[in-house]
Amino acid sequence: MLEMSGRTHRDGDLAIEAVDLRRRFGETLAADGISLKVPRGSVFGLLGPNGAGKTTTVRMLTTLLRPDSGTARVAGYDIVRDAVEVRRRIGLVGQYAAVDEILSGYQNLFLIGRLYGMNGSQAKKRANELLERFDLLEPGKKAVKTYSGGMRRRLDLAASLVVSPPILFLDEPTTGLDPNGRAATWDIISTMTKGGTTVMLTTQYLEEADQFAEQIAVIDHGKVVAEGTPAQLKARLGKSTLVVHLDDNMTEAKARSAVDRYAAAPPALRQNELVVQLNDLGQTAEIITALAQAGANLDQIHIAKASMDDVFFELTGKNRAQEGLAA
Amino acid sequence: MSSVTATSGESTFIPSRASGLGKTLDEIRVFVWRNLSHIPRMPERLADVTVMPIMFVLLFGYVFGSAIAMPGQVVTADSAAFYRSYLIGGIFVQSVVFMSITTAVGVVSDMKEGVIDRFRSLPISRVSVLGGRAIASLFEGGLGITVMALCGLLVGWGARAGFGNAVAGFALLAGIALAMICLGIYVGQLVKNPMTAQAIGFTAIFPLTFASNAFVPTDNMPVWLRTFAEWNPVSAMVQAVRELFGNVPAVDPMAAGLIPARDLPWPLENPVLATLIWIVVLGTIGMTLAVRKYSQGKDR
Repeated sequence: MLEMSGRTHRDGDLAIEAVDLRRRFGETLAADGISLKVPRGSVFGLLGPNGAGKTTTVRMLTTLLRPDSGTARVAGYDIVRDAVEVRRRIGLVGQYAAVDEILSGYQNLFLIGRLYGMNGSQAKKRANELLERFDLLEPGKKAVKTYSGGMRRRLDLAASLVVSPPILFLDEPTTGLDPNGRAATWDIISTMTKGGTTVMLTTQYLEEADQFAEQIAVIDHGKVVAEGTPAQLKARLGKSTLVVHLDDNMTEAKARSAVDRYAAAPPALRQNELVVQLNDLGQTAEIITALAQAGANLDQIHIAKASMDDVFFELTGKNRAQEGLAA
Repeated sequence: MSSVTATSGESTFIPSRASGLGKTLDEIRVFVWRNLSHIPRMPERLADVTVMPIMFVLLFGYVFGSAIAMPGQVVTADSAAFYRSYLIGGIFVQSVVFMSITTAVGVVSDMKEGVIDRFRSLPISRVSVLGGRAIASLFEGGLGITVMALCGLLVGWGARAGFGNAVAGFALLAGIALAMICLGIYVGQLVKNPMTAQAIGFTAIFPLTFASNAFVPTDNMPVWLRTFAEWNPVSAMVQAVRELFGNVPAVDPMAAGLIPARDLPWPLENPVLATLIWIVVLGTIGMTLAVRKYSQGKDR
């Protein structure tokens, strides 16, 4: 992940470039001027609460929805004028499994292969390959409506990979999955991204964006409210904190005098802890040294890094508990 | 799972640029296969086109048939036997007209599922999904007509106007079915759930098929209803099918002076031509609206 984020990109290397996309549904501006640049081969996260405009953005980029205004190029092709060219180069995993419930898993994959222009035997071979890879060989003969959520999602992913598209859109790919299903899905996706596929994923799960995306755009009310690497966003928006447990040996006065010059704001006393907001994580070592010299035991010192939750809250004023209520 | 690879080890496959009629026909074939593959897993879908018409034949044929005679005739065993073969033409048409509902219900279910988004995001022609649906529905309708014809033969119906006319009769039914299917594909995209499609279908189609000559002759209906019934496209279709299958009364009651003479409306005087016109008009409207609606995509 680190080595990839260090890459530089020319504009010609962009897999997705959106400029000022807008789309209105009645009174609601679902997308209110979305601009994005996604380098080829990268994993791009679109993070935002429910109703922020994530799905609308993905639907426009995948040619399912026409923007009211603005333009976008996907794999170098205009999403409106060259929609068919775009469709030849993308895979879409939507919020709801886009598979035929009545057909079997095998029949679904065969169908997609045939529609991509494979002949019968090519489509059959590919379908069986994918069933094997996604651990669906056994249930492959049964109707999809008998599948569990995780199996359905795996089949959905497999269906998106019938032709190994260079650009893959994943719209909340783990929504509705149990932790096991989520982990398995991410296993599959991360292996794919290692193969060079460009991935745009939308998610409400902050840790998912944090863990997998090299670049994140946070969107809210149809607008991009922040953009950057997870580390940049966290550095810019969420301050890390250092907590010192106080006791008779390490008094408040001693602790304050040791950390004062590193603190971003005056340290706050919270029960028997001193909470210090840090300007710069790089100074951590110095602070710890200073505290140790003042007589602190290392067990007493705890550093809390900013989480994506903090970033999310800062940007959208919503936390996940509220999200849950809204949903 | 470690063996999952997207592009490493395989070349990134970009589907060929092929387009045009050949590719579209191939796509339609795939969609026909898809829709027909649904049938073994949900055979109840075929009930609409098979069980229902058979029940109509038996119920109407034997319950009402024993009390219904052609105008100017008295009820006898012969009149009941004639009524059954008279009835079959009506039920043939009723069942192909009902194809609009079954098709609409199928389309609503399709549109509700996420799979339609996948189809839309594939590099395929826009008409393939609809064309495949139409042809698959036509197969279902054909199956229904076959079952009904066999059932009809058992109750004394027969195609008595020669082989050529019989073929023309079935071809006409196929044409009506196709037009109805196109309308059904459009309606199916308008509504949100299958129940609504079913409700719209029944409130529109039931009165339309009953207020016609499908089950009883129109001659003795009140004038207002008779006027409606005789201009009703269903009547022209039924009359056309009856003539092509030779299921009209041997003695024309009007010509024989059994009922008061009057001029029949043009569609009933020229039922085959009128039916062809209806097929073209309804089919074109249905197809145009259906394709346009599909191309617009769903807004949500």
